[in-house]
Amino acid sequence: MPKIKLAEKTIELIKEICASFDNKEGELINVLHQVQSKLGYLPAEVQEVIARELNMSVAKVYGVVTFYSFFTMKPQGEFPISICMGTACYVRGAEQVLSEFKRQLKIEVGQTTADGKFSLSSLRCVGACGLAPVVMVGEKVFGRVTSPQVLKIIEEYKEVNVEE
Amino acid sequence: MADYNMHVLVCGGTGCKASESEQIKNNFKKYLSELGLADEVQVITTGCFGFCEKGPIVKILPDNTFYTQVTPKDVWEIVEEHIVKGRKVKHLLYKDPKNDHLIPDATGMDFYKKQIRIALRNCGFINPENVEEYIARDGYAALGTCLSEKTPEEVIQVVKDSGLRGRGGGGFPTGLKWELTRKAAGDQKYVVCNADEGDPGAFMDRSILEGDPHSVIEAMAICGYCVGADKGLVYIRAEYPLAIQRLKVAINQAKEYGLLGTDILGTGFHFDIELKYGAGAFVCGEETALIHSMEGLRGEPTVKPPFPAESGYLGKPTNVNNVETFANIPVIINKGAAWFSAIGTEKSKGTKVFALAGNINNVGLIEVPMGTTLREVIYDIGGGIKDGKEFKSVQTGGPSGGCLTKDFLDVPIDYDNLLKAGSMMGSGGMIVMDEGDCMVSIAKFYLEFTLEESCGKCTPCRIGNKRLHEILDKITSGKGTREDLDRLRILGNVIKDTSLCGLGQTSPNPVLSTLDNFMDEYLAHVDEHKCPAGQCKKLLHYSIDDEKCTGCTLCFRNCPVGAISGEKRSPHYIDQSLCIKCGVCLEKCKFGAVLIR
Repeated sequence: MPKIKLAEKTIELIKEICASFDNKEGELINVLHQVQSKLGYLPAEVQEVIARELNMSVAKVYGVVTFYSFFTMKPQGEFPISICMGTACYVRGAEQVLSEFKRQLKIEVGQTTADGKFSLSSLRCVGACGLAPVVMVGEKVFGRVTSPQVLKIIEEYKEVNVEE
Repeated sequence: MADYNMHVLVCGGTGCKASESEQIKNNFKKYLSELGLADEVQVITTGCFGFCEKGPIVKILPDNTFYTQVTPKDVWEIVEEHIVKGRKVKHLLYKDPKNDHLIPDATGMDFYKKQIRIALRNCGFINPENVEEYIARDGYAALGTCLSEKTPEEVIQVVKDSGLRGRGGGGFPTGLKWELTRKAAGDQKYVVCNADEGDPGAFMDRSILEGDPHSVIEAMAICGYCVGADKGLVYIRAEYPLAIQRLKVAINQAKEYGLLGTDILGTGFHFDIELKYGAGAFVCGEETALIHSMEGLRGEPTVKPPFPAESGYLGKPTNVNNVETFANIPVIINKGAAWFSAIGTEKSKGTKVFALAGNINNVGLIEVPMGTTLREVIYDIGGGIKDGKEFKSVQTGGPSGGCLTKDFLDVPIDYDNLLKAGSMMGSGGMIVMDEGDCMVSIAKFYLEFTLEESCGKCTPCRIGNKRLHEILDKITSGKGTREDLDRLRILGNVIKDTSLCGLGQTSPNPVLSTLDNFMDEYLAHVDEHKCPAGQCKKLLHYSIDDEKCTGCTLCFRNCPVGAISGEKRSPHYIDQSLCIKCGVCLEKCKFGAVLIR
């Protein structure tokens, strides 16, 4: 992965977040949550800053980031699509829905489309099992999704322009 | 709920929120104030009603009307017809699937008749963001009783006598756990609430926190009093934003009312609660892993002993209980141990919440007395199998549990009976499967989960489960042999015996239980290279019936890989070497000419 140069402003932001937790090593997970919610992801360069601020090794930070599935080192698409692969969704056909998304977007789970619009991930149970199978695009939940609806969901977001 | 003469309760659980329940509530408020009824009719958002299948749910009190699948557009009709004119809106009432009778009143629904709600007592009845509604339903009375009338030992004795066992899966007696933490030496102790609900398909902890957060806060304070801790921590999944928000609101309200913080109720007892966030790791449901995660480390388990009761969070004595366990405590204190222990079976007292999901008519959250049979849960409460299909299996205990056949339908559900049957209680996920589900694929599905969630610390779990998965993959691809079935069993047992923590010790259960209960399906895959349920894609064979094909070209035009060829108005043909078995042709064909074998 090519090295990213972090903006001065970003580094300041990370430092502020670390300071708000008193730069305590034990608060690492809370720090990571906050930083990811601001930046969207946690690239190596960000982890280096955090390690320095909390006075711990980068390896330890990296160990924690990669351990938990909630943290990601890759930037997400503009519209992150998550397909619930909990058991309830699975027995109601989530796998077919997932493969239809893969086919339509031509990406695999964990990847982002070339135009940066969509990224695809699977998640474990959002707890809306009554609506199985469930698909989330950003914060919006789509329930009882069938393969033919997949294209419609994608089309709906293709037309959205975030700048507006 | 004092001055109003009518109440509209709108479900604000995650499922119903996803179906625009917020908009429904806003519409109610808007229309009611337009009609000048805002002071007479109260509109509140409640926690989950449990009947998620037909959400969003709107309930009207005092007549207990239960409206299902309400949309924001229906609100005007409910206001005009029901609230103004007093006529129920028939097309939104729940219809009994057995006889198509409309049910005007929630108490008449089979779904609720067999339930006893203790942990879920307030879910769907109160506004979770208003502490006064909780107090109006005996909230914080138990804390008051404990602090002013009972010694910690006496409270622990009540919990012990009640027979309450941990609802997170282990089933360890709660009172005993409290006593161990109390007796442990240490100046600082902690109470931890495990709200890291990782079991896919289970959502009881989330619903309790969303619908009745104060019950957990009150119980944690009681626990703190008993074990001698002044600090509580809730370890909650970051994936539950609504539960986090409601919990934060509730903690602040409790502090305002002097029910948390310093000198609670003037008794000199201090107790505070802090939130810690999980980050998506199933293994963190295990006590020691959870504690490491709270310390900011990788959530890897460590060998017990020492148990958290001796050396837990930051090396101090720590009592860890699950959300549902805590939610039972205030009721036990208020109504007494004898009342609680009269419910349930000999060794499993009280009730259990189950998340009923899968191919069943009434998906939802239910609470039944221990000892209820699976048949009662699936057929009476759950309303039977979806689309009139045949019941095949019920999976309990999540990725650590097993798949039970119809032979077990009459077994009374409790910790020990489920273990004996080769499954387990777990946190209470209950997934129903029908004839269209392949049990080998289900076992593989669970193993994929374990594989992803294994922390990698111990070898049997990290490598053993990978090998198990490879064998299952071989079988579902039609390349398995009988020897592979033996290997599954031997390896599964080795993993169970040698893994470090609960995750590895139970991960082979879905495989072992399906081997025991559905051997014929494994044999069909291995001997005949067939999947009886038609789920294993690689074993499917699509072809076109010459007699029925009209040559409409629909399949040809829709095939994503160009495997179908043929002239217009003459029978088409599928090239097996190109076919990816996606099933599009079968879905598109209007003449039933695509055959599947």
